Amino acid sequence: MIHFVLLISRQGKVRLTKWYSPYTQKERQKVIRELSGLILTRGPKLCNFVEWRGLKVVYKRYASLYFCMCIGAEDNELECLEIIHHYVEILDRYFGNVCELDLIFNFHKAYYILDEVLLAGELQETSKKSVARVIAAQDTLVENAKEQANSLTNIISQATK
Amino acid sequence: MEQLKNIGRELAIGSQGSSKEFLELVKAIGEAKSKAEEERLVMEEIEMLKKKIVEPDVPRKRMKEYIVRLVYVEMLGHDASFGYIQAVKMTHDDNLLLKRTGYLAVTLFLNEDHDLIILIINTIQKDLRSDNYLVCCAALTAVCKLINEETIPAVLPQVVELLGHQKEAVRKKAVMALHRFHQRSPATVADVISKLSMKIMHDVDPSVMSACLCVLFDLISADANSYRHLTNSYVCILKQVVEHRLPKQYNYHNAPAPFIQIKLLKILALLGTGDKGASNNMYNVLGDVLKKAEPSGNIGNALIYECISTITAIHPNSKLLESAAAQTSRFLKSESHNLKYMGIDALGRIIKINPDFAEEHQLAVIDCLEDPDDTLKRKTLELLYKMTKSSNVEVIVDRMICYMKTLTDSHYKTDIASRCIELAERFAPSNQWFIQVTMNQVFEHAGDLVPPKVAHDLMRLIAEGAGEEDEDADSELRSSAVESYLQILVEPKLPSLLLQVICWVLGEYGTADGTHSAAYIIERLCDVAEAHPGDDVVKGYAISAITKVCSFEIAAGKKVHLIPECQAFIDELSASHSTDLQQRAYELQALFAFDSSVVGAVLPFDGSADDIEVDQSLPFLNHYVKSMLSKGAKPYIPANERQAATTLASQHVESYVSSHSLRFDPYEKPQMPIMALTPVTTLQSDDQSIDISQKATQVFQPSFDADTPSSEATRLRLEGVQRKWGRPSYNNNSASSSAGAERSTNGASNGLDIEKASGGKQGIVPQEPKYVSDRNKQPEISAEKQKLAASLFGGVTSKADSSVRSSGRSQKQASTNRHVGTAKRMQTVDPVDSRAQASLPAATAPPDLLDFGEEEVAIAASSKDPMKDLEGLFDNTGSVPSSQPTAPVTNLPNIDLMSLYDSDLGLGSGLVSSIRVPDMIPENLPNNDSGDRLTVLDGLVTTSGAVAGPKVQGETSASSAIKKGPSLESSLEKHARSRQVGVTPTGPHPDLFKDLLK
Repeated sequence: MIHFVLLISRQGKVRLTKWYSPYTQKERQKVIRELSGLILTRGPKLCNFVEWRGLKVVYKRYASLYFCMCIGAEDNELECLEIIHHYVEILDRYFGNVCELDLIFNFHKAYYILDEVLLAGELQETSKKSVARVIAAQDTLVENAKEQANSLTNIISQATK
Repeated sequence: MEQLKNIGRELAIGSQGSSKEFLELVKAIGEAKSKAEEERLVMEEIEMLKKKIVEPDVPRKRMKEYIVRLVYVEMLGHDASFGYIQAVKMTHDDNLLLKRTGYLAVTLFLNEDHDLIILIINTIQKDLRSDNYLVCCAALTAVCKLINEETIPAVLPQVVELLGHQKEAVRKKAVMALHRFHQRSPATVADVISKLSMKIMHDVDPSVMSACLCVLFDLISADANSYRHLTNSYVCILKQVVEHRLPKQYNYHNAPAPFIQIKLLKILALLGTGDKGASNNMYNVLGDVLKKAEPSGNIGNALIYECISTITAIHPNSKLLESAAAQTSRFLKSESHNLKYMGIDALGRIIKINPDFAEEHQLAVIDCLEDPDDTLKRKTLELLYKMTKSSNVEVIVDRMICYMKTLTDSHYKTDIASRCIELAERFAPSNQWFIQVTMNQVFEHAGDLVPPKVAHDLMRLIAEGAGEEDEDADSELRSSAVESYLQILVEPKLPSLLLQVICWVLGEYGTADGTHSAAYIIERLCDVAEAHPGDDVVKGYAISAITKVCSFEIAAGKKVHLIPECQAFIDELSASHSTDLQQRAYELQALFAFDSSVVGAVLPFDGSADDIEVDQSLPFLNHYVKSMLSKGAKPYIPANERQAATTLASQHVESYVSSHSLRFDPYEKPQMPIMALTPVTTLQSDDQSIDISQKATQVFQPSFDADTPSSEATRLRLEGVQRKWGRPSYNNNSASSSAGAERSTNGASNGLDIEKASGGKQGIVPQEPKYVSDRNKQPEISAEKQKLAASLFGGVTSKADSSVRSSGRSQKQASTNRHVGTAKRMQTVDPVDSRAQASLPAATAPPDLLDFGEEEVAIAASSKDPMKDLEGLFDNTGSVPSSQPTAPVTNLPNIDLMSLYDSDLGLGSGLVSSIRVPDMIPENLPNNDSGDRLTVLDGLVTTSGAVAGPKVQGETSASSAIKKGPSLESSLEKHARSRQVGVTPTGPHPDLFKDLLK
């Protein structure tokens, strides 16, 4: 199972964190500190895996952003590497040529998409199409809701004037 | 352009509802030059948010943005708990946009045990019943994160209901939620799952099926037996997946639903473990998966790796194992570090079934061990840890300790230290090694991380020795411990635990062997205490040690003069805050008042090793007990009749004590499943080798005995490694085929091929068997690699001449292995023979021989002038045609050769008649000195053989006059056979990994 997902920039700035196993806020900070120290210093040709506290952290660098996932000792590292890539492909499809800025300013969207890919620490959807469909449905519904809300608030505000 | 694009994006983002302030904050943080500046910005933001969110009547849309900002702040590692309640409130909102934001925030903020969760349960329940499937999805996502054991029953019925929802996205999430429930508390959902597992398994939607596999994997790993009947359906599903039966959208980089395949493979591995029937059903589909996986892509390799895991977990199938082994080889040989890492892991799995497999990859393993990549190194150490046994424990533990020294990560350091201790306890070849090399080093470098128990075991070991009644060995052990500890004390910073051990050992045995005066030991002990003013435990150990040293002196009738430092130390402790230290100090002072006999009785030498006899019935109390009973006291109830709880507790303590004692004998070899992979030839060659080895043993026994220091049995064998360094043709060919090749070249050169002979030097290179002289090869191997292997496999021995070492080592192996050395020796003679023979007519031999001679610089024993040898050779060839039983040749090298040939005799069970002696001479002569070399090299020879040469030869001819062998042909055949035996890869030859794996 995946214990957590981290997105860290090359400068060590956190772009996204998702914890599937319970960690307190203090532990989270410690984990991020430790791992960014471990991973950001590794050379480009080394393995994409780091053994850490009896678990394994699989990371992959896309441009200036490191995608890290922490998996159990018995999990398949190569598979995890592909899960990361799967997520990145979906992000890419959603944002259209995704870049770090998209994730910086739209981190909540990245979270929504991650929630459609991973659930309870497991890969829940292996079809990019299905994910795209659900996300699109949410977006259109949200758009509608927004309009509705806007009109409602308008009505209310006008009514109360 | 880039900037424009960024501006465009920001605009687009801005229009999505985030306010300008927030975008600016994000930007400012992104541009922050230092951590401190970022910190300041975030703190400002937090202060602002704290004020804003408590304002009355915040518009909901604004509140949503605040919550997103809280998420951002929390993501950066700051506490946003003041806003959690607002996020919880937001989940109650009817607007889906706001609701989703609320759910997102609470899933990110709250762990499942947070108090606020109780406020969300009601909302979740309501949302799970919603008509809008997106609301259901949002609620199910929250369920997966927030619901804990206590709250499962509150939402379980709704979740179960949603398993039948018309939208597959909802069904899928409901299954995942069940999976999560099962992880939290298997009992609460057991009946639901068992009822539904079949139904959801056959869902039409592959995503739901795939989600279901997660649940099933957990169920099966908990209890495989109840699901074995499902094996065939999983096999069937996997087969269909492999055959591209799933919709195209599940393909990933052209692989058919690889993630589903991997999950199925994991399940099959569980079901096939220890079940032959189930495994049988899987073989076909596993073969298919392996065949169809694309080895070029990463996902293909992930599949292949998972296949290897499954193949090695289930009941073994030789064909599948073979392909698994082939794939593992490919991983190990790959340039990619990722694949190498997976290869090392796969290797660890395969050698559990077939230990011989590692042999082929020893160099790859060494490479990985020396790789700058830390991850790869750790993985390789883990592999070595799995492969450790008494014969290689020293090298492996040495490597682990070396690596441990470089570590700063205390988590892994603890791990590796405990592994070192475990290996040392299981396999230690000697107490000396155990104490000095391992324990001291482990303590020195990871002292604060090892449990105190280990220190007590170590002290007990020093006190009691090996347990045998060998006082000399024990005292030697003690004095060596004292010596090593005195050396270690020079180090400025030592862990407390090691200091305790040192103090104790110095106190008990510091003066025992008389090399160190009591005053010296006391001085050192005072130094220890002085250097660690804060450590009361060490001080306590130190003062006790001083007490013991003093008392031994007093008991021996000597007068003790305390040096001023020591007096100061005692005075300090007498006034110590610690009553324990005070008491010890006063006891020491009290001792001085007594005379020698009293002191001797109080603190006898080596008192710690004496068993204290305790009469558990405590008879001296009988009188007291009786009088108390008569006064009406309650009688004592034996412990075992008292409450069960106390009994249990005491049992626990007992078992703890007994299970943690030192074990010196290696654990039993695990029972391997019968290996179908091992070719039948192994058996044959084994038989042969035993047969031959017995003979060889008879012949060589004396020299073996003379040659082998006892410690050698414990080293890694180098030969295998060095053999790998040979030219690629030898590496790649299987050994037996190379033997065949050699035989044919021999045959060719026997035909007195002049060209070949004149080609002298070139001729040697391909012909020379790889064992002839490792020195020859070493310059050709990359110096770096050599160093690596030497440091790993020869580092401990660090002898100058590794080849002599290695052959010596090979001899020391069990008798089954002995023949190999001999077989090799024979081989080494062989090609040289034929070459030299061929070179005779051309008379180009001298440079050839000279060349050879130069290679033997390291050999001290009789190196002869090649020209002279050649003369002798010509002399003897003259006698060949006469084919008479010529008198023994007088020059020494010849005789050596004869004794060598003698060995062949024993080996190939061929017998040389006295008549054949002259026949052999021309063949063997030219390598007079190489004969010497070999014999020396093998550590076999044997001054006695050389000096008493003629006699030996006489004996040889006498004893071997039983039968006339056909001359050249048969001897060649014998050579060939012995060669074959020696080099058959499966045969028990002294190969490094063979040994590692035994």
